[in-house]
Amino acid sequence: MLHYLEQAMSDAPKQRAPELEFTNVSRRSFLTIAATGFAVAAFTTQAGAFARYKTGGDFMPHGIRYDPKIFVSIDADGTVTIVAHRSEMGTGSRTSLPMVLADEMGADWSRVNIVQAEGDEPKYGNQDTDGSRSMRHHIQSMRQMGASVRHMLAQAAAKKWGVDAKSVTVGVHEVTSGGRKAGFGDLAADAMALDVPAFEDLTFRTEDQFRYIGKGNISITDLHDITTGKAVYGADVSLPGMKFAAIARPPAVGSKPIRYDATATFKVPGVEKVLGLQISNFPAKFAPLGGIAVIASNTDAAIKGRDALEIEWAEGPHSGYNSKAFTEEMRATAKKPGAVLRAEGDAKAAFDGAAKVFARDYSQAHMAHAMMEPPVAVANVANGKAEIWAPVQSPFGTRGDLAGALNMPIEDVTVNVTLLGGGFGRKSKCDFAIEAAQLSQRIGAPVKVQWTREDDIRHSFYHTTSVERIEVALDADNKVTGWRHNSVAPSILSTFAPDSGHQFFIESGMGHIDMPFDIPNISVENGAAMAHTRIGWFRSVSNIPRAWAVQSFVAELASEMGRDHKDLLMEMIGPDRLLDPPKQGFPENFWDYGEVYDEYPIDTARLKNVLAIAADKAGWGRDLPAGEGLGLAVHRSFVTYVATAARVKIVDGKITVPEMHMALDCGFAANPERIRSQMEGAAVMGMTAAMHSGITYENGAVTQSNFHDYPMIRSDNYPQKVHTHVVPHGFEVHASGVGEPGVPPVPPAIANAVFAATGKRLRDLPFGDTV
Amino acid sequence: MATVRINGQSRTIDGPDDTTLLWAIRDMAGLTGTKYGCGAGLCGACTVHVDGKAVRSCLSTVGEVAGKDVTTIEGLSADGNHPVQVAWREYNVPQCGFCQAGQIMQAAAILQEKPDLTDDEILEGMSGNICRCGCYERIVAAVRHVSTGS
Repeated sequence: MLHYLEQAMSDAPKQRAPELEFTNVSRRSFLTIAATGFAVAAFTTQAGAFARYKTGGDFMPHGIRYDPKIFVSIDADGTVTIVAHRSEMGTGSRTSLPMVLADEMGADWSRVNIVQAEGDEPKYGNQDTDGSRSMRHHIQSMRQMGASVRHMLAQAAAKKWGVDAKSVTVGVHEVTSGGRKAGFGDLAADAMALDVPAFEDLTFRTEDQFRYIGKGNISITDLHDITTGKAVYGADVSLPGMKFAAIARPPAVGSKPIRYDATATFKVPGVEKVLGLQISNFPAKFAPLGGIAVIASNTDAAIKGRDALEIEWAEGPHSGYNSKAFTEEMRATAKKPGAVLRAEGDAKAAFDGAAKVFARDYSQAHMAHAMMEPPVAVANVANGKAEIWAPVQSPFGTRGDLAGALNMPIEDVTVNVTLLGGGFGRKSKCDFAIEAAQLSQRIGAPVKVQWTREDDIRHSFYHTTSVERIEVALDADNKVTGWRHNSVAPSILSTFAPDSGHQFFIESGMGHIDMPFDIPNISVENGAAMAHTRIGWFRSVSNIPRAWAVQSFVAELASEMGRDHKDLLMEMIGPDRLLDPPKQGFPENFWDYGEVYDEYPIDTARLKNVLAIAADKAGWGRDLPAGEGLGLAVHRSFVTYVATAARVKIVDGKITVPEMHMALDCGFAANPERIRSQMEGAAVMGMTAAMHSGITYENGAVTQSNFHDYPMIRSDNYPQKVHTHVVPHGFEVHASGVGEPGVPPVPPAIANAVFAATGKRLRDLPFGDTV
Repeated sequence: MATVRINGQSRTIDGPDDTTLLWAIRDMAGLTGTKYGCGAGLCGACTVHVDGKAVRSCLSTVGEVAGKDVTTIEGLSADGNHPVQVAWREYNVPQCGFCQAGQIMQAAAILQEKPDLTDDEILEGMSGNICRCGCYERIVAAVRHVSTGS
């Protein structure tokens, strides 16, 4: 995300899909038999096993590394150590990427150790863990590095034994030839001293030879530590002499303290210092908000001391922000023409000549990520060096921002990545790490900054608030001839650059421009809305309001026409085809999640397929008891297709969800077990977003503060049975994203089901848990 | 200054009696398996056992637990193989894992009180523990497994 924001600031209007070009080798060479005389038995040059393809990973900062000597080491006792270079926040990437490498290499998973990389992109390649990109961008490099080590082990054995390499077999954690046998550890030193083979000289496992990839048969690497309390998250790091800090931040962004009284603070045993911090206003990227910090000998004292501060805050630049009025402004803006982002056919003529126009608008409040681990960081800035331990999604980005904030060369800054107690995009923004580092620099001791839950909910980088208005033109036969979708929402870009009120290409690429319906006349528009709080990305980002609007709208339209919702939705998606962006009026800077479009095109057959699966599995069309209803939604995001079929049951006016079907097509499914867990989690987070997640403002300050007024779905009312249906594909169908695409279809599927059960249409998120 | 028995070991807490038990456990006793999630008894991430009962340590003080037995996730089982921990692994419950110590402590406590829980009792008994990743289906399945073997 960060990468694209930086692009947007420098050259948004000129942004183009990158050239299709292979950096090292031509595609043809992948398809020819490896030219080496060295073949490893059981992996005999399967050209079809791995045809390399281009991903957006190559265009990310520092790209992708393919050198196994960076990622793999083997001890003499055979222990294989694999570097996890992406942050683990619950998706399983810390396990699944090393798993791919280990399988291709022949390693026994029980003898694999995983070590977490520090923030060092020049060494490891891109580490920016968001955008549902870890598997999508790194599955190929993991396979290649695994195959490289396998070849190096075989080559070392052949040399050692003086045999023809063709006679060498790499089994599970051992190498054999005739009667000879050696463990990986026996060959490690010789093997790892060899040159790394070129891609063309490698052989790859065929899918029937995989032991872990695609199987879902291994557990996450931290499972034992998590269940015994040994896993280390951000707040679990402790340094000798460490001080603890809590910070009172401005209620409205940019407000300054007029005066404060710390008398009561200093009465709290353990409080040592009170320090003023510079106030910031956006655009300031991830600069801390500033405020007043309390330094103490333990966290309890720091929080109690902070809470005891009496502070009078001045009115600030955003003290006039009130959510209710702002939503009505957005609603009015959405009714007017916006800046046209996609024009196909002649929408004006279609509406002018329409027999009927049907229009609805849908809103969403801000959301805070509320990961269970609030922001926290430990920093030690001493002797001209800075070392930070933090749960960050973008460790190298954090390192750069810290270097800037501390005025130190980046070489003198180290960022250690702990486990993340949830991220959801919040921990891509490293303000909390900067706070810790600046405080440490100032007081000359290691510092831990702990955010309370109230801090997290009141001082986030929020999911935007929005109104999405959709209008269709219908002809005399009730056929949809025109589509106008105006999206109005403050942009993430406002956190980075002076605010124009308009969204930028990545927000517009998330379910807005890329609307897949087969309608001849289309106008996709964006009306202006200025930001009055820090806007950031939240899992699934703009796809949540877009799927909410589009998928609710089609259900409403079906009801208006007296049509079956699924039939109309299928009909609107239209014939099987790949959308052709230039022909369909997409702008030149259309953003397909950073991928080369031709590698990950919008495929209506795949979209319809997941919809059909979810609907069929849920028993679409069947009679349900009174008070129950089925609802459908389908959405493509992060180049993955997901359909949700939700069954709701109204119990004493309360919306419950006894069952949900999640059908997804994510290309090749590398770790189906973690894909299922992501879908189960998306069902819950989607239900929370649907019913509960509303951050609202009064006079520039967030109204909510903790889980009593910003509630989460709990075990007393959750989607009780989530069935995940993964469309099976071979490796040739490129693996796509899984962390985010499950969420967007969930809120509209639930709302459509509520309508089916009760006849009540919900158009504003969050809609509460009662009808 | 209060003396608290944590996981069978007496520890002197260097702070006033109203020191929050959670921070005494984490910052002073150095046992970091117990997590801070809300500070208000709303999420259950800080759940420990006090004399065998589930307690939100963010709402307790060291003074309140003086002379009582406090058990944290680190002390739930000597070998880390309490039936609830084992079930958590069998069902691959965690995603990020941050809330799971609290979930496990809560589950162990309600199962201790009533080994054969009905589904409604499980849902009710676990409803004070939030999992933002959304692992509820597996949490409930794991507790049900320990409770009924199914």
